[in-house]
Amino acid sequence: MATLKLEIVTPEARIFSEDVDMVTLPGSEGEMGIFPMHIPLMTQIVHGEVLARRGGQDFLVAVGEGFVEITADRVAILTDMAIKADDIDEIRAEEARKRAEARLAEKLGDEEQAAVQSALMHSLTQLNLKRRLRH
Amino acid sequence: MPSTRDIRRRIKSVKNTAQITKAMQMVASAKMRKAQQSAISGRPYALLMNEVLGAAISGAGDFSHPLMERREIKKRALIIISTDKGLCGGLNTNLLREAFKLPASTTVYITAGRKGSQWVARLRRELLAEFSPKDTPRFEDARAISKFAQELFLSGKVDAVDVVFTNYINTLTQKAELTSLLPLDKIQKLDPDIRGAGIKEELRGITGLDTTFEPSAPNFLGNLLPHYVNFQIFQMLLEAKASEHSARMVAMKSATDNAKQIIKDLTLEYNKLRQANITKELLEITSAAMAMGN
Repeated sequence: MATLKLEIVTPEARIFSEDVDMVTLPGSEGEMGIFPMHIPLMTQIVHGEVLARRGGQDFLVAVGEGFVEITADRVAILTDMAIKADDIDEIRAEEARKRAEARLAEKLGDEEQAAVQSALMHSLTQLNLKRRLRH
Repeated sequence: MPSTRDIRRRIKSVKNTAQITKAMQMVASAKMRKAQQSAISGRPYALLMNEVLGAAISGAGDFSHPLMERREIKKRALIIISTDKGLCGGLNTNLLREAFKLPASTTVYITAGRKGSQWVARLRRELLAEFSPKDTPRFEDARAISKFAQELFLSGKVDAVDVVFTNYINTLTQKAELTSLLPLDKIQKLDPDIRGAGIKEELRGITGLDTTFEPSAPNFLGNLLPHYVNFQIFQMLLEAKASEHSARMVAMKSATDNAKQIIKDLTLEYNKLRQANITKELLEITSAAMAMGN
């Protein structure tokens, strides 16, 4: 059976690079599922979760905003944040969220505002994923 | 002829210098490891983004974005990514020699790092903006520089933006490079081994099937292109930092080695002089004794 090579890369590291059977990702136009032999597609992703399935096993990765290139045998995701579900540290994410919220209450410049906003979204995405996994 | 006391004094002062350079070498090597790590770990992202962008542009057909617009170059902006401090060997000299190649009359400057600003000021050239990124560059620093450059380009004040920075190759080798940032009219393939602008061939997109864009090609590229420019600058800042700390470590190491060599030479000279003095004194005593005995 054909497989897809899923690559998730952030400026800090290559988070994920493996052959998988299926990928779902949070596209800007809505959730989408990708199987092998997909037509070439370029789209953007929003904060959310990427699910990769390999042989009945699921991998979840929390991702930030970014770009996706899909070809017949590859899904390449460029994003500013990506953390595997197992690696999420809930306590630290919660702390980061509180810190970001506190910072947002202050008066900030445009650049800083954007940076803090995205830090907040990062921690929220991680927390959401963790919470959903528990239920 | 210096006295033994003079030599002792010099040895002491050289020892102090060696101690300082040794300490600076340690600091630089600790920082170097971190900076190299972040420069290297940014490379997969840069490569993949380069690929995606190449595929996107060739897949989008005859789409054009304001950032890709090619104009006749009447005025160009040069971003100089230099260090804040000296003591890093020939790093800044090489960098600024590269920057000097562009004609003064048609170039305006944007600097990141103090050495670059000083150079522009000394030559009385036109400095548009001065940025001072932190010791560990953050993406926001890059975004601020990039935003300024993009606005400059889009408003038509300059027709091209170039960057001169030091590309990190390894601890012993750093290369000053002048690369074009805007317009993005030709996206060039990056060399997988060396990030920088190691240009090998023009990037080809995927052939055969037409690429679909969601929501639309202009929308996708409109978001990707500015991000690409931001990230390019970010990666250059990282490379420059890694180069700076590597160069400083090497410079400080050779300074320490030189100081040690000087100490060795001086000690030898000191001992020679000391022995000469003792021999002389002995000679004086014996000749005095002989004179008395007779």
